[in-house]
Amino acid sequence: MLHSLNPCQQQNGGFCFENSRRNAVLESSLLEETCKAPSARKTGTTIAGMVYKDGVVLGADTRATDDMVVADKNCMKIHYIAPKIYCCGAGVAADAEMATQIMASNVELHMLNTGRPPLVAMVTRQLKQMLFRYQGHMGSSVIVGGVDVTGAHLYSVYPHGSYDKLPFLTMGSGAAAAVSVFEDRFKPNMELEEAKQLVRDAIAAGIFCDLGSGSNVDLCVITEAGVQFLRGYDKPTAKGQR
Amino acid sequence: MRIFGQQISINNDLVPDWTREEVSTGTTIMAVEYDGGVVIGADSRTTTGAYIANRVTDKLTRIHDKIYCCRSGSAADTQAIAEVVSYQLGFHSIELDEPPLVETAANLFRASCYRYREELMAGILVAGWDRRKGGQVYCVPIGGMLVRQPVAVGGSGSTYVYGFMDSNYKPGLNKDQCLELTTSALSLAMERDGSSGGVIRLASISEEGVERRVILGNQLPKFSTH
Repeated sequence: MLHSLNPCQQQNGGFCFENSRRNAVLESSLLEETCKAPSARKTGTTIAGMVYKDGVVLGADTRATDDMVVADKNCMKIHYIAPKIYCCGAGVAADAEMATQIMASNVELHMLNTGRPPLVAMVTRQLKQMLFRYQGHMGSSVIVGGVDVTGAHLYSVYPHGSYDKLPFLTMGSGAAAAVSVFEDRFKPNMELEEAKQLVRDAIAAGIFCDLGSGSNVDLCVITEAGVQFLRGYDKPTAKGQR
Repeated sequence: MRIFGQQISINNDLVPDWTREEVSTGTTIMAVEYDGGVVIGADSRTTTGAYIANRVTDKLTRIHDKIYCCRSGSAADTQAIAEVVSYQLGFHSIELDEPPLVETAANLFRASCYRYREELMAGILVAGWDRRKGGQVYCVPIGGMLVRQPVAVGGSGSTYVYGFMDSNYKPGLNKDQCLELTTSALSLAMERDGSSGGVIRLASISEEGVERRVILGNQLPKFSTH
């Protein structure tokens, strides 16, 4: 039900931390019975993005972990926000999913209110203001990339609400492995195939060198003309034939 | 409140520590007044724990045409405060129908930093030029104090250059001397402080406008011979 024309706004009083306190008490009492509390599923992840000649290439691995067990071998970490703005999510899976869905709704409402296609900067600003309001309790790290009327842009937003605007970015537990590939081979204004190969290699570095990342490489190429979502672009960990 | 969150997230060995740390601009920032304007400078390193999240950060944030701030402390907190103050100052300037005063901007920073002092971790230098008092530097450290100083340093790397500042700063320097002083001080701090590094970003603000420049890592002044 539409209560107002304003996009999704917080209720009065802000985030309620009552459950955090309850969880801490529950956890300490569970420990006495040698039982573990259920943990939020984290996408120990490698996500990456880069700006190339005609737009933006986003990449992600597809493993979701529950502590040391792989909960999902082929999950989708690249989320839709707007027709030419997509978002990779790392951190707590549920938080990343909800944050991006809220952004997608807000962007649609904003488009209807203003009659203009959305700017990547607008998505970033709303996302960071929401995450700052939750003071880091919403554990989602996000790479927002897309093409708008001002060009191709790439932003990263951290759980506490800080953001960076850079030509190439990596996040998640495999970020260190992936960024080393970018630092070595990134050049401004690369061609499409070269850019896709570079992002694929960066994610592969995360898949092989980080325990929290694995399975396949998903790519998303965004240009002025449109979006090419390449699910399962590469499967470097496919079982070989005996 | 932050403490509860960290106890609850299960210490997952697969996820390295720095993904859970807050992003901080462990920093060196500096601002100097001269007759006719100000010179401001900062390093460019943003860290999450021991990982460098951004090695080319711009910590010199525009608040208004001729008022900038240098940010140190928590990246999220300082970005949020700077955004709020930019909005408030922009609105105020439209109401007055004239460019705002640096002192006004500094007071807006102080108001936010003092009111939410328990929740925030932000050390800010506000610097700019206005018609009434010319070039001014105001220091708003953690806790929300406000004081005007002819020269100010801040951030984790500032501790390494207090001696250099005390011995090398004299009142009455001109713009180029200020730029040289800032470059040298930042370079020395970046050499010694692990949380500072990357490139040096400089800006000089005067009646003519804002002039920005970058000094890359290999062009930094060298002081030691070994």
